[in-house]
Amino acid sequence: MQIYLPIADLPVNVFLVLGMGLAVGYISGMFGIGGGFLMTPLLIFIGIPPAVAVATVSSHIAASSFTGALSYWRRRALDIALAMMLLSAGILGTATGVWLFTVLRALDQLDLMIGLSYVTLLTIVGAMMIYESVRAEMRTRRGMPATLRRPGSHTWLHGLPFKLRFKRSKIYVSAIPVWAIGFIIGFVGAIMGIGGGFLLVPMLIYFLRVPTATVIGTSMVLTLITMASATVMHAATNHLVDAVLALILMIGGVIGAQFGARVGQRMRGERLRLLLGLLVFAVGCRFAYELVVQPDDLYSLRYVRAG
Amino acid sequence: MMRRFALSVTAAVFAILGAETSPTHAERLVVSLSNHRVAVTSSFVGEELVLFGTIEPDPATVSLRPPYDLVVTVAGPRQTLRTRRKERMLGIWVNVDSREFVGVPAYLAVLSNRPVKDIAKEDSLRRLQIGLDNFLLPQRIGADFGDTVRDDPFRRAFVRLQSQQGLYRESATAVTFLTPTVFRAAIPMPAAVRTGTYNIEVELFSGGILVARANSALEVIKTGFEQYVADAARDYGLLYGMVTAIMALLIGWFASLIFARD
Repeated sequence: MQIYLPIADLPVNVFLVLGMGLAVGYISGMFGIGGGFLMTPLLIFIGIPPAVAVATVSSHIAASSFTGALSYWRRRALDIALAMMLLSAGILGTATGVWLFTVLRALDQLDLMIGLSYVTLLTIVGAMMIYESVRAEMRTRRGMPATLRRPGSHTWLHGLPFKLRFKRSKIYVSAIPVWAIGFIIGFVGAIMGIGGGFLLVPMLIYFLRVPTATVIGTSMVLTLITMASATVMHAATNHLVDAVLALILMIGGVIGAQFGARVGQRMRGERLRLLLGLLVFAVGCRFAYELVVQPDDLYSLRYVRAG
Repeated sequence: MMRRFALSVTAAVFAILGAETSPTHAERLVVSLSNHRVAVTSSFVGEELVLFGTIEPDPATVSLRPPYDLVVTVAGPRQTLRTRRKERMLGIWVNVDSREFVGVPAYLAVLSNRPVKDIAKEDSLRRLQIGLDNFLLPQRIGADFGDTVRDDPFRRAFVRLQSQQGLYRESATAVTFLTPTVFRAAIPMPAAVRTGTYNIEVELFSGGILVARANSALEVIKTGFEQYVADAARDYGLLYGMVTAIMALLIGWFASLIFARD
């Protein structure tokens, strides 16, 4: 069944888009991430203009992260104070990202920027996750317990001023790295059409030493609010959010996430991180391949204005 | 300023046409379109319109000069598009060079009963702007603009990319003569058509000479929900964004209500 997308200006098969929503939702539920880094490339692949894909996926991630955040809220597994602190810089990052998005689009370099961001971010983060989870796996094989949280091990980040205490996460850290992380997540989210969950969770664990009990819930609150505001900002400045496409993706996504979550809960943490790392790395390589290999068509068109 | 120049060029072309092609004794063309309005709805996947017509003899001389050739040119609403070319820089492919095509039709179909190059001489086709190769496609190059040679790489890439989407086409089989004086032309409207007014120019040739012409027009509109969404996104961006964000929250909330088991 074909449906015409009013903003992307093309007809798509409803079941194909719904299926993509389900598949990405399944993966996102399994790993506790938004899945934007998979959804945006998939949409571009089926012919949605990259700019529309990035803007629309932000609303899709808002929906799936709200479902996730609600369930963590019920279990009291999120740190609102920390989320709000990250958010204050996150909104600023999103606004900067949307601004840069508009500028790059006018310069015909948006697609390149999206491609380059995907390559650098995904290959680096993917490689780090693979390395870390393989090491943890080997440690458990040798009978040593995996220690994610090392109390008392301080880094230079703990020497920074403006210290704040986050009661629920039981951490005492400077506001500077918290703001920096919030800004980076908001910024890359707006440029790349990703929630940044796969990036935020490791950052919170390794830099701020947030305990695993609150890390995913907190990350989801941040993702929810940055992505909801990215939706509003993209719609207000670039008019590129396709509500019909977003609706189909959301419905597929929230259903898929429920099934994914059940599988994810039965898997061990290291195994899960290894799989996610491989997936992230593979998507990064796919983008690198596209940038390096000569495209089928060197020419492309961009709509400027009517008249 | 630029548009005024483009208009004056077009006006000049038409003035020449008028002077050269207003024969005193000529056939008359009567054309009718199957449908003057194409509605883009949620299930729109393209449509085919049919143009019917007859060639009426000149009332004064009551003469017909078959065989006839017919060219139907359909030009959609004007828009500005940028054609970009990638080049390898530091090992990766980057958009380096670009040309802006100013005020070119969003849709352009040249339909005829046989290849246009066989219908009339090269220079008169060029003058009448018949055929994709001869249609005026002004482009901006820096501060300058104008139509370049037909084998300009950007122009060719532009026509090729538009053709791949079915938006530009040249068909030598789309017009069929049912009798020597009655014809039908199939106008394909692909799914990617833009909304707006489409001008239809029908030109009748006999022995390589333009003997008559007729005009018609059709309108492509988005209707119902699609139109509503597209208008809202363009005119009330902020509100539209907020509504979309609220929709996302509602769906997320519903999902957690339905699937919550704890």
